[in-house]
Amino acid sequence: MTAPAILPAKGLADRLTGLFWRRPNVLLTLLIAPPLIWLGVVYLGSLAALLLQSFYSIDEFSGMVVPEFTLKTYAELLRPSNYDVIIRTLLMSAAVTIGCAVLAFPIAYYAARYARGRWKAVFYLGIMLPLWSSYLVKVYAWKLILAKEGILTWAAESIGAAPLLNAALALPGIGGNSLSTSFIGTFMVFVYVWLPFMILPMQAALERVPTSLLEASADLGATRAQTFRSVILPLAMPGIIAGSIFTFSLTMGDYIIPQIIGTSASFIGMAVYQLQGTAGNIPLAAAFAVVPIVIMLIYLALAKRAGAFDAL
Amino acid sequence: MTPAVEFRAVSRHFGPASAPIRAVDGVDLTIAEGSFFAMLGPSGSGKTTCLRLISGFEQPTSGEICIFGESVGRTPPHLRNVNTVFQDYALFPHMNVRDNVAYGLMVKGIGRTARYARADDMLALVKLDAYGSRKPSQLSGGQRQRVALARALVNEPRVLLLDEPLGALDLKLREAMQDELKSLQQRLGITFVFVTHDQHEALSMADSLAVFNDGKIAQIGSPSDIYNKPRTRFVADFVGSSNVLPPAVTRALGGPEKWASLRPEAIRLDQTAALTGTVLSQRYLGAGNRVMISTSGVEIAAIVPAGHLLPDIGATIGFGFDPTALHVMDAG
Repeated sequence: MTAPAILPAKGLADRLTGLFWRRPNVLLTLLIAPPLIWLGVVYLGSLAALLLQSFYSIDEFSGMVVPEFTLKTYAELLRPSNYDVIIRTLLMSAAVTIGCAVLAFPIAYYAARYARGRWKAVFYLGIMLPLWSSYLVKVYAWKLILAKEGILTWAAESIGAAPLLNAALALPGIGGNSLSTSFIGTFMVFVYVWLPFMILPMQAALERVPTSLLEASADLGATRAQTFRSVILPLAMPGIIAGSIFTFSLTMGDYIIPQIIGTSASFIGMAVYQLQGTAGNIPLAAAFAVVPIVIMLIYLALAKRAGAFDAL
Repeated sequence: MTPAVEFRAVSRHFGPASAPIRAVDGVDLTIAEGSFFAMLGPSGSGKTTCLRLISGFEQPTSGEICIFGESVGRTPPHLRNVNTVFQDYALFPHMNVRDNVAYGLMVKGIGRTARYARADDMLALVKLDAYGSRKPSQLSGGQRQRVALARALVNEPRVLLLDEPLGALDLKLREAMQDELKSLQQRLGITFVFVTHDQHEALSMADSLAVFNDGKIAQIGSPSDIYNKPRTRFVADFVGSSNVLPPAVTRALGGPEKWASLRPEAIRLDQTAALTGTVLSQRYLGAGNRVMISTSGVEIAAIVPAGHLLPDIGATIGFGFDPTALHVMDAG
């Protein structure tokens, strides 16, 4: 007996596979519908609600939210005390992003170009390990490290770098009594906690740059610096931008680090936290929360115009 | 005349010193200025490493490399006046074709107008004048290859290195590019050093070629020397489709008791000839048929030109050959 040209369908799995083969869109729809509903309703829906809230205002006498369209709440953002918070957060986010990018690049470059086999595993473990422990524990640990009697001051004194540390702390604006009560300290802890979010996308982007491109650049007469500027950096740019989206927006939204480490000056996250809690001013909190979104959109538009995504 | 490239006892070893992998092992080599030099060999034979030693991406473990008489032992790639056409072309994906070609001039600090003018001249030379503003991803394989060529040539290198540049192209395009490369080399007079594993390509394009095996040069000479007078069994075997005869068979065919090579096209089928064999198989090649004959315990290939009568498989046939075509090899 010869085998039949068409094998009999056995059970539901065969019939379903047949259905998906005849109608590929059915499988696609089934797969994508749940996340789409989540994304559309729960995720973007709540964002829309937030946006809506920011166009309401609060009645100053009763403290009740007035559900009428107004730009009054946004105007409040421009009051010097609120405006300072925005500028401070923006500057800190930019500084943290640049700090992360500068620190992350050599690590990511090494991992992408030289680490092989076991060292690659060590790299991933080393980058991810800090993410596995509690964020709060790490931040409080840093408070001790950066304290006036902390290990960093002690280490600086031991190697004779105390004048350097004191000079840094004496800087106007960002200095302070000790690292743990200065913006420098806030900056350091931000860079510490967000660094993995910069390294990983950067490494992924650098991994996609073939070695032959770097060789071609040298072959055509470019110095290492020229190769970095003209080949490596543009090709790594999508990864740097991806990483900076993380570091920038995470810094803008964080309300714990600046509360524990630094000068207790307010950041956007802290302002939102206080406004929606004790102050009960949901519209202003919402307006504050819209600021990082707008800044990120402007940032991405500028990055796109600068050609950051040309290599995608 | 100073040779364009000279290797003196050059070795390049990889891995631990206790058990090194000898990618290049004591190579002596002289490439004359203005020649089209091919490095031929199977993959892993050291030919690409030799090319990378010239460009500077590898440094020799021992020995000396000179480019136009100057030792380049301490010269980084970007200061060597040689340029490479890479196997994967290595075009910068974020730049358009014109910027790719102008890159070498850009890093040397030549102004935008001047470098674009020269890049456009080069693009015209490789017949891609209309493609300057495209991205490499919008080009076909053959076009990318030309851009890579233009990008290297715009720097007016004294030696152009080509690392299997035609490997990724289909047959028709490859043949067209072979002709084009050859005429380009003759027109520009630049020394071309070409790495390939394709014996036909090497034979048809090169003025002289080196056959690599196991990190060493098995033979170096003109294409006709290499083809007609292979020095070793390896060369005879690798270059073309020659019959390699063991000493006993060479004797049976009327030669000395030594390894020898015999070109298939030198054999003619002839019922009156003294030698006989059995036909094993035959294969149509277009311009002729390749007939495998079993004789004296070995298989010999013969080319029967188109139009000649073909013997049946299994038939016993007589064959003869021009005695001058039997090449006795000095080395085993």
